[in-house]
Amino acid sequence: MSQLADLAPAPVPAGRRTPWRRTPWRRTVRSIRFLVPAAMLALLVVIALFPSLFAGLFGNGDPRVCDLRMSGDAPAPGHPFGYDLQGCDVYANVIYGTQSSLAVGVFTTMLATVAAVVLGTIAGYRGGAADWIISRLTDVFLGFPFLLGAIVVLTSIGQRSVLTVSLVLSLFGWPLMARLVRGSVRSVRNADYVRAARTMGIGTGRIISHHVLPNALAPVLVIATITTGSVIVAESSLTYLGIGLEAPAISWGLQLASASSQFLSSPHLLVFPSLFLAVTVLSIISLGDTLRSTLDPRRQQ
Amino acid sequence: MTEPTPDALLRVAGLGVEFDVDGQRNVAVEDVSFEIGRNEVLALVGESGSGKSMTAMSLLGLLPRNATVTGSAMLDGQELIGLDPKGLREVRGSRVAMIFQDPLAALNPVLTIGFQIAEAVRLHDRRRDRAAVRARVIELLRLVEIADPETRLGQYPHQLSGGQCQRVVIAMALAGDPELLIADEPTTALDVTVQAEVLDVLRRMRGRLQSSILLITHDMGVVADLADRVAVMRRGVVVECDSAERLFAEPWNDYTRELLASVPRIGARLVVTERPSVPASARAITETADAATAPPREPAPVLDIDELVVEYRSRGRTVRAVDGVSLSVRRGEIVALVGESGSGKSTTGLASVGLAPVASGSIRISGRELKTAKGRELRELRQRVGVVFQNPTTSLNPRFSVRDAVAEPLRVHRRLRGRALDDAVDRLLDGVGLSGGWQERYPHELSGGQRQRVAIARAVALDPELLIADEPTSALDVSVQARVLDVFRELQERLGFACLFISHDLAVVDSLSDRIAVMQRGRIVEIGQREQVLSAPNHPYTRQLLDAAPVADPVAQRARREARVG
Repeated sequence: MSQLADLAPAPVPAGRRTPWRRTPWRRTVRSIRFLVPAAMLALLVVIALFPSLFAGLFGNGDPRVCDLRMSGDAPAPGHPFGYDLQGCDVYANVIYGTQSSLAVGVFTTMLATVAAVVLGTIAGYRGGAADWIISRLTDVFLGFPFLLGAIVVLTSIGQRSVLTVSLVLSLFGWPLMARLVRGSVRSVRNADYVRAARTMGIGTGRIISHHVLPNALAPVLVIATITTGSVIVAESSLTYLGIGLEAPAISWGLQLASASSQFLSSPHLLVFPSLFLAVTVLSIISLGDTLRSTLDPRRQQ
Repeated sequence: MTEPTPDALLRVAGLGVEFDVDGQRNVAVEDVSFEIGRNEVLALVGESGSGKSMTAMSLLGLLPRNATVTGSAMLDGQELIGLDPKGLREVRGSRVAMIFQDPLAALNPVLTIGFQIAEAVRLHDRRRDRAAVRARVIELLRLVEIADPETRLGQYPHQLSGGQCQRVVIAMALAGDPELLIADEPTTALDVTVQAEVLDVLRRMRGRLQSSILLITHDMGVVADLADRVAVMRRGVVVECDSAERLFAEPWNDYTRELLASVPRIGARLVVTERPSVPASARAITETADAATAPPREPAPVLDIDELVVEYRSRGRTVRAVDGVSLSVRRGEIVALVGESGSGKSTTGLASVGLAPVASGSIRISGRELKTAKGRELRELRQRVGVVFQNPTTSLNPRFSVRDAVAEPLRVHRRLRGRALDDAVDRLLDGVGLSGGWQERYPHELSGGQRQRVAIARAVALDPELLIADEPTSALDVSVQARVLDVFRELQERLGFACLFISHDLAVVDSLSDRIAVMQRGRIVEIGQREQVLSAPNHPYTRQLLDAAPVADPVAQRARREARVG
């Protein structure tokens, strides 16, 4: 979410003449719409960093201790989320899966968003040949079947880690957002306040950073936060095909993929990883939404 | 107030409109009562936010869901307020029809106008066969005085001019033979000469059809031209209602008086007001299209445009927006560029700051050529020019507070920080009458006039040699316009910048400028001293412009109209 920092308007003037208003940050930080998703995300990050602290809460903290006799069994004391197909503890697996899933989701979204903002802004602001080249490039990527492309790239890379999977996912994720950025920048580029800035002799860099991007990025941010969730799921489909994270790795995607076939007999296999995924995505989306309205003076009372 | 007419078509009594916004009740219209007689034109006049449009919309049940309407509106014995959807549909179009402000937005761009009018005709009379519908459509087009209706039938809205489009919209409104026509700012989006045509059409049509018109407008000239009676609204209340002649001649309400006083009139400014900032030698020259004719002692003009040609290219076609314009503006002088939309006046202004593609000719600012300037040199040149755009709502960055907006040029070019910057911003905002608490506000928290004053403060922040004002008051209400023009005049007298003032409103231009250049189809057709151009125009187009602008006086306007038509 580092791109959020660029979104802030000119720094809120400090001290002197602002005793009576303009403290959007402080008010936001105190609001429930910020606190709840932020706390959830913080918890997930702590889980991702130190899974062992949480996995052992119910006495069966090792995700690789499995008992095939218990395959697919329902929740039982000591195993609150039940057993998976291999007879391993689902709770421990979900906890340990947080790390790679969250990493893939956030890392991919960041990469794709940064690429999309840079290329989309160039295309939208410069226009002409730059626009043509970048637009055709996005067309090519959008037209390319995602799974086929992913198979080709991941097989040729050979090595499959969180990093490479994120790279491949963002390779196919940026074009859609770049299109969005391009359209958004184009509409803002011709706004009167941008023309006014140009007539004041303000440099292109400052125009883009202060006038164009702050007003153009709102829709991109919404898509970016939603993308995080779909990326986590996309990782699972790659893994399901055997080209995502490799077998010893644990991720929600892997768990969802293996649970989908057993959904009717053992619904808990699907429910618990999905629950974590849903909470993660919801937290990111609502946090993004809160930040967006904080940064937009028109949405403050 | 007027005595109740025995045979009123529409009788509105105690009408109120309230909006429920997030649990808060906002009163938009409060206890409004008026009557419209048969074959009468009632004008509902007021500034933006006065509730005039809300009143009209409530009659047709067109208000959004969060609005509550109280009171009564009897149309020939039928209550309109609180009518169910089916009843409303029967009233809409066939008994009450509406004409909107923007004719191009009211027509569907992918359907021919013939189809659109025929649709309206069929909706109200399903028994007509094809030939009868077609005959009726042609009849309607004749009624709104569209020449050659048979060929027009097959054309699309973009093939028609704005005035013709508005006539088509009127024809559609007339398709159901409505007893009452509600016209919501029917000519606001149109040029003066086109406005005059549409007003003529409305007036003659009314004579033939015996229908009543509820005219909603902010333009006192339009009221004087068309209305029989006038109701003045302010903050949701009708403050005065009287016959047009009496209201204009002897308004008794303070607000009405103020409103009428703030309407700029041609010839209102005393001819003798010699402005000291303008060198006498500059005034003596009437035709200063060419700087070379000026006496040698004359300082170089701040803006010197010579044989400017601006061409826009789109899809292989070249459109020449400005076609050989020569113009110069001296220090301390206000030169007005007037013309109708598409005349190239705004393009000339944009080209003067390097925002339009110059095909040939030259633009010099204080002797330096703008056309060839690039990068750093262009940015330096632009610092000497301030620009005020037409619409302050779009020309201020919504994410910049008033302070940030005004401070930006100082921060970037003068590298001011901290105290020095604060003081400079304070001074600038004081200069436009916005001091103290306004600084931390954002544009959406300001009124239109305040926003434009911020834009003016920003434009003069770098103490420019030249200010280009592109219709700076067209988006504002008249009373606000008067205040903004005052601010403008004060600043210009104090700072002494040269100013190119672009406007379509001759009355505004009259109150402000030293010289006037009239543009038509990309060329300057007349240029000269203000008094000479406005009182003794040489070119027929200037005369046409002067005649078309309605004056806010029903008696004088009728005389002018008769002179023009007869």
